[in-house]
Amino acid sequence: MVVTLKPQQIPVAVSTDPMVPVPYRLLRVRRETSDTFTFEFGSVDGSRFPFAPGQFNMLYLFGVGEVPISISGDPERPEILVHTVRAVGTVTTPFCKLKPGDIIGVRGPFGSSWPVVEAAGNDVVIVAGGVGLAPLRPAIYHILNHRGEYGRVAVLYGARSPGDMLYKKELAEWRGRFDVQVEVTVDAAKPDEWQGNVGVVTTLIPRAHFDPHHVTALVCGPEIMMRFTILELQKRGLRDDQIYISMERNMKCAIGFCGHCQYGPNFVCKDGPVFRFDRVKEIFGKREI
Amino acid sequence: MATLERLLSEHPFFKDLDPRYIQLIAGCAQEVTFKAGEFIFREGDPASRFWVIRNGRISLEVFAPGRGPIMIETLGEGDVMGWSWMVPPYRKQYDARALELTRALEFDAMCIRGKCDEEPKLGYELFKRFSQIIGQRLQATRLRLIDLYGSHA
Repeated sequence: MVVTLKPQQIPVAVSTDPMVPVPYRLLRVRRETSDTFTFEFGSVDGSRFPFAPGQFNMLYLFGVGEVPISISGDPERPEILVHTVRAVGTVTTPFCKLKPGDIIGVRGPFGSSWPVVEAAGNDVVIVAGGVGLAPLRPAIYHILNHRGEYGRVAVLYGARSPGDMLYKKELAEWRGRFDVQVEVTVDAAKPDEWQGNVGVVTTLIPRAHFDPHHVTALVCGPEIMMRFTILELQKRGLRDDQIYISMERNMKCAIGFCGHCQYGPNFVCKDGPVFRFDRVKEIFGKREI
Repeated sequence: MATLERLLSEHPFFKDLDPRYIQLIAGCAQEVTFKAGEFIFREGDPASRFWVIRNGRISLEVFAPGRGPIMIETLGEGDVMGWSWMVPPYRKQYDARALELTRALEFDAMCIRGKCDEEPKLGYELFKRFSQIIGQRLQATRLRLIDLYGSHA
């Protein structure tokens, strides 16, 4: 007799040692842009992978090295582990050449998460730049899966060009819903390839629909983009404790031992990557840090 | 309050402007509608008008030989389009094209300049508001120069 297990009945992938990777097999790859790919993995032993939106994994490409990558899948589909990776470094470039059936090692999930539970009852504004949409996608999934628990929801996304946008199909689907404001902008475009907004992502903030007194802002993108986004959110009247950002630093151990990702008094791997802005504002943007 | 004055006072650009001034500048304004795809002005045209957009979307474009038209900015509801009328040589530097059906209030720049000369406080108030817009556009342009989302960012 064949017994089909529901996702919640599938055992959780557990490594007894957080430094020991668990093998995962690549199931599918989708090209997002010229240099960015979305990978779907399944554990070799069929176990599931629960995580919180905003957390990351250390992905080990055997014989090459390990790299921290945010999880970009749906937290309510833990049977599939999804990562979006841009080919920019010595590990990510060969990583992006993986083929279905290839095996990698996974350690995680690590780090703090977006406050999607705490934000219930509030409006939510999500601001993403470039590949910064990937760590925010699990939060968007969560919010849309529990849409009734939130007030107004706005997703604001900026990319260099229409060809550099991630998750185009999903953005269009979210935009097609009647309960989410989705605004996308690019830096420049040709009129025959793009009919949307042109300008930086910060220009979308004044026209986002939310109540500044009852909103939680989730921001992810290059640090410089987050800096200017925070200024614009503050202009709309948001307090520092309403803004959450996801920081990126060079990580090695991912459990707060090695100190590679030290960020002032914090370790990004353990205390972050998601920080409430008021808790890091004194060191955010400091050149020495 | 006449319809045009009401539309002016509802637009964010004229928020909290003294009703006397609203009445004054309403004489220089008219309601206009642009169809999707319609050019509002072309590069090199005299900068004799400016617009406050009520709804719709407009693309500012520059034509690059060998590359065709490139969209450099889009403007929408609540935005102001056109400030070349304030500074010599009073010429449009880009093309402007409606991306969708767009409704706006169009101002005769000569008329506005005349009102500002008659009423310098109005002139000061308008120039303060335009300076803010020019500053925001400059800031946005600088951010794009940084390549905000690039892999090196």
